[in-house]
Parts: sequence; structure tokens; C-alpha cells
Amino acid sequence: MAAIMAGCRKYFAYPITPQNEIPEYMAAHMPEVGGVFLQAESELAAINMVYGAAAAGERAMTSTSGPGYSLMLEGISGIARAELPVVLVLVMRGGPGIGSLENAQLDYFSATKGGGHGGYRNIVLAASSVQELFDLTQLAFELADYYRVLVMLLVDGILGQIMEPIEIMPFSNGKTRSLPAKTWALTGTGRQRPQNIISTMLMREDETYQWHQRMAVKYQKIQAEEVRYDSYCLEDARIAVVAYGMTSRVAETAIDECREQGLPVGLIRPISLFPFPYQFISQYTHRIEGFLVTEVSMGQMVEDVRLAVNGRSEVSFVGRGGGLLSHQEITRGIRELWLKLATK
Amino acid sequence: MQREVIIAGFGGQGVLLIGQLIAYSGMLEGKAVTWLPSYGPEIRGGTCHVIVIVSDRRIGSPYVTQPAAIIVMNRPSLDKFEDRLNSGGILLINSSLTDRLPERKDIRVIAIPATDLAHKLGNSRVANLVMLGGYLGATEVVGLPTMLQALQEVFPEDKHHLLPLNKKALEVGMSYLTEP
Repeated sequence: MAAIMAGCRKYFAYPITPQNEIPEYMAAHMPEVGGVFLQAESELAAINMVYGAAAAGERAMTSTSGPGYSLMLEGISGIARAELPVVLVLVMRGGPGIGSLENAQLDYFSATKGGGHGGYRNIVLAASSVQELFDLTQLAFELADYYRVLVMLLVDGILGQIMEPIEIMPFSNGKTRSLPAKTWALTGTGRQRPQNIISTMLMREDETYQWHQRMAVKYQKIQAEEVRYDSYCLEDARIAVVAYGMTSRVAETAIDECREQGLPVGLIRPISLFPFPYQFISQYTHRIEGFLVTEVSMGQMVEDVRLAVNGRSEVSFVGRGGGLLSHQEITRGIRELWLKLATK
Repeated sequence: MQREVIIAGFGGQGVLLIGQLIAYSGMLEGKAVTWLPSYGPEIRGGTCHVIVIVSDRRIGSPYVTQPAAIIVMNRPSLDKFEDRLNSGGILLINSSLTDRLPERKDIRVIAIPATDLAHKLGNSRVANLVMLGGYLGATEVVGLPTMLQALQEVFPEDKHHLLPLNKKALEVGMSYLTEP
């Protein structure tokens, strides 16, 4: 619904649990606005259809889960090279391989560190509620058009399944940025302009080098301007839990429980996973003695937190490979870290 | 105040639907709500459950390990969830489809022969609404008028002819608590 509100009129996908609610909705509602819903014959086809629609200047989107995402990676790498604005929703499930339908946060590495070949970056956003997912979906289309990048919404399995009330309204982030005209799009020259060419090749001498030089500037701009995060009870905290997506809400419950027992603990919640809020975390290392990273994985984002902390504070980890992490597990992790710091 | 309930049963017994009705009613009363279904490779007739939270404040974790109330629609659900109930909590059992009572003594047990009562109303498929009536009567988590409005809004137009039957089932479940 948010995608349609944001002007997405082309949606191509192949069904996979746990994100089938998206194609189901798109199948019913895209025709109402004159858009295209197309169930492709595979994820490979879907991502290349998205490539084509984006190259033609349309707001295009696809959605998938782990196994389908792996199939799409060739296309995603091509989209990065061709600098096409695309929105991709990845609802995470258990893996690797076909894996399971269980809740998971196992695709952090793949989403934020490239996934496909060639050293590209995607903007990766993670919501912690249905409302925020609704808002970020609209933002994703804006960022994709502004930077000409693929913007990924990295969604926990349970966020893909949960129902919560939301307020349906156009998203505003306070910035009114004018989006550049898509003069590069393949819309037909009308014999008025030279032809546009969109390619994924870099065959000319030095072209690879030049492309990466240019992308470095773009990615640096994204890292400077598009970092997003949130915090909870951080003002007087001496321990900070770092969590993204739905896990951050489980952490909030654990923090409430620990606060009742007098433990000075707060939450840092990265919303943009690329660009990662290194600086925001880093600025707290003088006061926060311990960071507890918690994920539904065996530890992926924790590596970025360690980079941000850079040895100045203790970093510990609580996670599980899949399923539902309980607030009791996080509470236990907070207590253990507190004891460790006290005996130091 | 935060109220949590796990509702469990066979797929097809309408546990997700009554969870949705509770969440929707909570929303109508201006509360924060979450509805989190179990999700796996489920089949018709397999087990299925949903966790619903209705709260006066922002909800953190939508996943609850030890809720204050559990509604079980059949024996496998009783076996699976009996131990999860918080001490002092309420366990509502569809006694038509369970051949044992809970062993725990630290909880309040409300046994309602919901499938039989629904059958008497002419449609055993409203057993879920009978149990929902029992839950509302026992906890007053939302008001009956709100629930009736939720029924109206959650049921699609083409199912509105079933509203009177579902309202009746709700009332039967509620009144069973006082006059079984």
C-alpha cells in the first residue's frame, strides 16, 4: 500500500513465504491504479523485469525472501552497475539453502556487504513496526530516485507476518528534496536527443576504475547524509543494547525489565544498516561501558558495532540462529554484561 | 496495563480470526495492539496459534513466553501450552475436544464445551466465538459493544449474513461462565 502511495506502478515478483502478503496485495490493488502486477516465472525473471522497468524510468519494486534473493543477486549486481533506482523488500527467513520459514535476521551480511559480485553498495533500511515499515517504504522510493541506487527494506520474518494498527499517510521526513529528472531513462529519443544507453558492462580501458571512483563519491554522500537511527532510555545509560528490526522491540521489553531493577541500560537502534550509524555509536563510548548486540543470528551486525566501538568499550552478544528471541534471553545478557563490567 | 493471550487450536478452527477480533477491538478502544501468528509449514488440520497483546502503552516485544491467559481449542494445544501460562493466569479450554483437564493447580481453569454449544446453535464452526465470549466474560479485556463493532468491521460484506449467529455464539460463551 505504501509502495502504491509512493507512486510505484510496476511490481514483479515470484511467490515465497514469508512475504506472500505483498504480492497478494499487489495483485488485488495494482490494477486499480493502472499499474502492473506480474507474477514472474522465477526470481531471476522478476529482478530482470524490475531492471527493465526501472531503466524505462518507472518506480519499480520486487519482494522476496532468502532463497529468492540468492537467485536475484545477479540482477541486483547489474542494477547496481547500471545505477537504476529500484526498491527491493527482503523478508528474512531461516537459512542457508531452502532453510525454514522461521523468523530470522540471517541476511544482514548479504544485504549490507554486497551479496552479489563487484563491490557495490545498496541502501539498506530496517523497520521495527508496521507503521515504520509503511513510512520507510515511501522513503525508499525517494532515496532510490535521488541517488539512483537499489534501496532494500530488510524485514524480519515476524514483521512480515504481524498485524498492527497504522496511520495511513504520506511520509514526510522534513526534507523536501527535488528529485532529479530521469534524463538517463530509456523513454525513446523522439529524435530530439541522442540515444541513452544503459549497460552493466565496464569493458573500456579504465572504465572499472572510473566507475568505482564515481561510486565512492556517491556512497560517501549516502554515508554522510542518510544515516538513520533511534534510541531509547539512552540519556543516563551505562550499558547500551544494540538491535535492529523487531529484535529492538524485544530488547525494549528487556530494558524496561532491567530498569525496574535499577540497571542503567538503554537502546541504540540502527534504522539504516547501510549507511551504518558508526559515528552515533562511537560517540557514546566515553560513557557507555558495555554494548550488548542482539540479533536473530549468530552475530553479524555485531561486527559493525565492534568497528564503531573500536575497542574502547566492552562488546558482548546474545543471539540465536533462528526463531523467536525472548526478552528474557536479552535480560540475561544484560545482567551478565553488568556483572562482567562490575568485576573489571 | 498490558494484556496478553495465546490462542491455539487446529488450523481451520478460527484461532487467528478470534485473535484478530480481540486486536481489532483493542484498536477501536484506542489501545496499542499486536497480533503475531505462528508461522511455519502449516497444513489444514495442523496446529496453529496466535499471540495477541492489548496494552495501554507502546508495545515492546510482540512475542510473549508466559502470558496471563491462554485459550486452547483442542487437546494438542493444551499439551503444548499448559506449561507456558503464567502462575495465576487463566486457561480457557474447549472441553468438547479435550479429554483431560490441566494438571497445574496454580492457575484458573475455565472449561467450556464450545464445540457442543456451537453445534446446538446450528454450526459447530462458531466454537471459536463461544470461546472468545468466555474470554471476554473472564477478563473484560474489551467491552462487548466494541467486540460487536469489530465483528461488523472484520467480517467481509459477503459474510455479514453470519453476523447474528456469531453474536449469539459470543453471548452463549459469556453467559456460560455464570450459568453453565
